[in-house]
Amino acid sequence: MSILVIAEHDNVQLKAATHNVVAAAAKIGGDIHVLVAGANAAAVAQHAAKIAGVSKVLLAESPALADGLAENVAEQVLALAPGYSHILFAATASGKNVSPRVAARLDVAQISEIQSVLSADTFERAIYAGNAVATVQSADPTKVITVRTTGFDAAPEGGSASVESVTPAAAVGLSTFVGREVAKSDRPELAGAKVVVSGGRGMGSAENFKILDPLADKLGAALGASRAAVDAGYAPNDWQVGQTGKIVAPQLYVAIGISGAIQHLAGMKDSKVIVAVNKDAEAPIFGVADYGLVADLFTAVPELVTSL
Amino acid sequence: MKVLVPVKRVVDYNVKVRVKSDQSGVDIANVKMSMNPFDEIAVEEATRLKEKGAATEIIAVSCGVAQCQETLRTAMAIGADRGILVQTDVELQPLAVAKLLKVLVEKEQPQLVILGKQAIDDDANQTGQMLAALLGWSQATFASKVELGDGVARVTREVDGGLETLELKLPAIVTTDLRLNEPRYVTLPNIMKAKKKQLDTVTPQDLGVDVTPRLKTLKVTEPSARSAGVKVADVAALVDKLKNEAKVV
Repeated sequence: MSILVIAEHDNVQLKAATHNVVAAAAKIGGDIHVLVAGANAAAVAQHAAKIAGVSKVLLAESPALADGLAENVAEQVLALAPGYSHILFAATASGKNVSPRVAARLDVAQISEIQSVLSADTFERAIYAGNAVATVQSADPTKVITVRTTGFDAAPEGGSASVESVTPAAAVGLSTFVGREVAKSDRPELAGAKVVVSGGRGMGSAENFKILDPLADKLGAALGASRAAVDAGYAPNDWQVGQTGKIVAPQLYVAIGISGAIQHLAGMKDSKVIVAVNKDAEAPIFGVADYGLVADLFTAVPELVTSL
Repeated sequence: MKVLVPVKRVVDYNVKVRVKSDQSGVDIANVKMSMNPFDEIAVEEATRLKEKGAATEIIAVSCGVAQCQETLRTAMAIGADRGILVQTDVELQPLAVAKLLKVLVEKEQPQLVILGKQAIDDDANQTGQMLAALLGWSQATFASKVELGDGVARVTREVDGGLETLELKLPAIVTTDLRLNEPRYVTLPNIMKAKKKQLDTVTPQDLGVDVTPRLKTLKVTEPSARSAGVKVADVAALVDKLKNEAKVV
């Protein structure tokens, strides 16, 4: 068996999620290749070559691949697909964008967001916002899979794979990239952060949300939010943790003013330690929290910052 | 131009599903069913495009059991002009739905298909992208803003770390994210009007599509439960627990 892992990157840096996908590939077992499809992305390929367990990195470079357009990246993957039994993407915005295009063109089912590998054709995945876990088996000749990164510990560095250039696929020409607004932040990336501090509707306003900054600074945490807080405009869209937002599993998850709707719990309940601060003692978040503090967050958060 | 909007009948957003004791699936008998929330956003977006004069006709499509008619009636109460039910009792997986939709798209010739980014039952997030691939069309998933121009759609997408804007040549596929719009409440007069709108029923056989499931579900189980921990009295006690018991700070 040979497995193709599609690297997640921005042409400059390899994203941490790729390490988790390689770990999932290692569980399946077989020769693991990583595809870096981008433009001027040689440094990314060099980094991917260092992931333990990877035997070869394929580098496809073209202006058409610079911005991760789904149509073009899918063509690139399809050009290489015949050599592989499994094609793995990270279940991130970009992986989820491209992967089903590849599966449909190969006329195979996609197995979305696997959280564990039982065998080369059988996987576990969460359904119904994590309220149930389905064990699914695929009889298709090629398994096209997206990997929920929180289900697999990142593969370590220490490999020395070869990097090979492959012919880039031609641009499909159906869509063009116009622009990107990426929030600049010194904080760790939400999806891979070791500590996450999230705020909910209880924060009350975007202004109040800022009281979480010193706490996040102190803990070296990424900031997150519940859907209610995002919908209310207290926090940006890409901070949303939950069933339809980001799935996180940090060492420490601090939920401030979050009641704990099942859709939110789906996104964070695999965190190692969960702390909840909420003034409502009956809030469902306390049902999953290791440490719950019933208190007014506007006094508890500053106090926490000074005590840590 | 025509807009096609697929809608899925799912267990209502507020229902906490239970796994059946024989592990064959989740129990959906006597459970409230509704339109998938992301599909509601899709119908709303199509309706706004029509209200702005950018779209001329909205066709809602649902694939599944006979009761999906109710979902189509809801779509028509929001603003769809007519509905098509692809009726089958077979469990439909995303690839099969994409193939059914492809045949209907070829027949109806819409310039835009707007779908929900994922259904809240199987959480697959596949159908829109698969349909785009099968049709050879462009796509913009996870849309938070859609503007139509001359032969193009300009779509802002929610991606990791922020937003991204693409320009798509029409015809194209768009999948909706939560912030695209806030669906309207359906009014009683519109529910009454929807009952009179045209609803056609076809079968997968009529469309010449094999919908046999590709993925076999071996079992469905409860997730490992996380038990509640302790409540601490104050911030000092919390910090003590984090430092000395959990050792995470």
